[in-house]
Order: sequence, then structure tokens, then C-alpha cells
Amino acid sequence: MEYEDVVRTVVELFKKAHTELPDDVVEALKKAYEREENEVAKSNLEAILKNIEASKSLKVPMCQDTGLPIVFVEIGREISLDFDLKRAIIEGVRIATREVPLRPNAVHPLTRENPGDNVGINMPMINIDIVEGDEMKITVMPKGAGSENCSAFKMMLPTEVDKIKRFIVETVKEAGGKPCPPIIVGVGIGSTFDGAAKLAKKALLRNVLEMNDYEREILDAINSLGIGPMGLGGKTTALAVLVEICFTSSSC
Amino acid sequence: MLRTPLDKDEILKLKVGDVVYITGEVLTARDEAHARILEYLEEGKDLPFEINRAVIYHCGPLVVKDRVISAGPTTSARMNRFTPKLLEKVDCLAIIGKGGMSRDVVEALKGKGVYLAYTGGAGALAAKAIKRVKAVHWEDLGMPEAVWVFEVEEFGPCIVAIDSHGNSLYEEVARVVEENYRKLKL
Repeated sequence: MEYEDVVRTVVELFKKAHTELPDDVVEALKKAYEREENEVAKSNLEAILKNIEASKSLKVPMCQDTGLPIVFVEIGREISLDFDLKRAIIEGVRIATREVPLRPNAVHPLTRENPGDNVGINMPMINIDIVEGDEMKITVMPKGAGSENCSAFKMMLPTEVDKIKRFIVETVKEAGGKPCPPIIVGVGIGSTFDGAAKLAKKALLRNVLEMNDYEREILDAINSLGIGPMGLGGKTTALAVLVEICFTSSSC
Repeated sequence: MLRTPLDKDEILKLKVGDVVYITGEVLTARDEAHARILEYLEEGKDLPFEINRAVIYHCGPLVVKDRVISAGPTTSARMNRFTPKLLEKVDCLAIIGKGGMSRDVVEALKGKGVYLAYTGGAGALAAKAIKRVKAVHWEDLGMPEAVWVFEVEEFGPCIVAIDSHGNSLYEEVARVVEENYRKLKL
């Protein structure tokens, strides 16, 4: 594996991530369209499905907010790398910004200065994991800000385990139409302050059609609210609730 | 089908839940552009584009060499603090965005205009309806924040989410959501 292979792979992955949705997400959207009875909700879901087609055929990003570049890398422990992996990923983001193209979203958080290539201090965000084997797996997740803005975090007491579900539903309720429902809700429970947020993000990489009972119960509660696609009413507020957990301290 | 410049009588007839398409011209404007529009209007300076009877689109498009790559709506709530003042200065306006706007905006739209919800994230579909970039103003604000003048054909579906009679589909939905939330057993 060479430096160039990683650069090209990152560029190709961003192209794919912006012009195609995973099959499970498309299937979940189609099912939602069939289920909806409300005309406004149906019209929104139809526009979403048409947009996916338009994006694929025109080869343009499906949303103008092409997000912040987040990259997950799993490196098999048998691989030896003789090049700078992070630099290759950063170069990939720079080229993808020009070629896909991506909107230059990444700005300095205080001066708001925009370098124009989605590369800056600690950006792209790169998560690296060492796994078994001799392969490298790269996943890119462009993360739009409209939904990121609605994220919430809460330190709960050890006696408040039964209040977690309500906190999740309440967060979705407060967000209303802002994150462009139908949404996929990523949840991290346990760990530490930073760890929980990271789990919530990683949960979004899972198949949206595969949920356990705990997740389904929260999903049903969310969809019973009636927020609907784009917050204009309907049965489809979320397509999935995906929860990742991590052991935590006995005192939090 | 709505055409620009807008026909005020037609706009006043629209009711929440109606679905419309737009043909003509739309102006994009986000936070920075709104701030500058108000600055111009307050100082009595002429705007480089016509704002009355116009369609304002809350959108930060992705444009490369005059080709609109993607142009879906951005979150309108960020413009809540500008819109009532803007509406004071015009006779008729249609606003396209996503996520809805505050009660102050609902009040300010009375007898003047409507807020139309365009499907969030549907940037490619929107780009398909944009036939041409007619002009771009205030490019110093950056690509997403500049005012782009787009020529559009059958731009939609746009759902009338706030009408000119004080009705807001978002508020109606919010009431239902509150009721449902209270009934929740979790």
C-alpha cells in the first residue's frame, strides 16, 4: 500500500458518500414513504427519494451542506506503513473538496477564517483503530451541521438509568424540524464526556435496519410524537435509533 | 405555480399545507447577507437587486464556475432576528427555507407574504430546477453567504408552512407533538 492509494481512496469515498446513500437507508426511506398517509409528509419523502436519484444521475452532492470531513480508519495489525497515513488522508480531503466538489465548510472556530479546502487545525477529524488482520478499512462520514447543531449531552446520575430514554426522545422533540427529519439518531451511553460523544457518532455507521429492542422502543416513542419529515407532521421522524455503550464509572 | 415578481393577491390566497412550485427568479440569502441587506435599507442605500415581491431562499449553495452543483435550503431559524425588520421594508415577499421561523416572523408575514418549506437536504433536486445563475452579489461574504440570483423552473415542491393569515404549520405540529409527548410512557 502506497501513500497515493490512500489519497485516491479517500477522494473516491467522499465522492461516493455524497452521491449515493447506503442501501439500508434508501430502503428505510422507501418503507417510510409507503407508511405515511399525510400528504405533506409524503411529498417531502418523495422529494428526498427524487433527490437521491438526481444526485446519482447528475453526479452532484445530494445536499449542499457537504459537512465536515470525518474519517474512520481500521488498520490491521499485520500491516506496516512506511508513509504518513494522516497526511495522505488530509491530502485526500483537500483533493475531494476540489473534485467532488465539497463546500468549503471548515472554519477557525474563533476568527471564522475559512482556508477554503476543509483542512485546518485538527481537521479533517481522523479516528484510528488497530484491528486484527492485514487489511485497512477507511470509512468517511461527511457530517452536516444542521443535524450536528441539535446534538445534546447530559451527565446523568447513577440512579437515573430509567430516564435515559426520555432524555433521547426529549432531545429529538426539542430539535423538531431543524435536523431535517427523518433523522438517524446516534446515541452513546456510558464512558466519559468525550467518549459518549464519540460512541454516538460511531453508532451512525451501523445498518439502520438492524436494531435491538431497546433501540426500537425509543424509535417508536420518537415516531409517536408526530414531528414528521421536515417537522411538518407525520409518522416518520426517525428512521433508526442506534445506541452504543461503554462501561462507565460507578459514580456517573 | 408561482411566478416572479410575485402577484400579491395570489400570495395572500395561499394557505398552510398548500404545495407550490416557483418559476422565475430566486435570491439566496443567509445570515451575513441578511445583515447587509438591513444595513443598506437602514442607511437608505440602494440594493444591487430588487427585494420587493421577490423570493428569498435561505440557502448557501455550492457553485463551481457558474454551475450550481447543489442548492438545498439551510435552517431558517438563524434568520429569525432579521426577517421581521426586512418585512417592514417590503410590500410582498416569499421566503423559502427549512425548519420554520419564529412567532415574530409569523406576525410580520401577515398580509405580506408566505414562508415555504423546501425539503431539507434535497440539494441536487434543487440544482436540477435551477436553470442559470443570473448574477451574484457580495461575493466578498464567501460562496455560501453571497447573494446568488438564480433563474428557476418549477422549483419545488415548496410547502406553504406559514401563510399570510398568521397560521404556521410548525406551530400546529408543535401543539400535536406536545400532546403526544405528554402521553408518552417511557
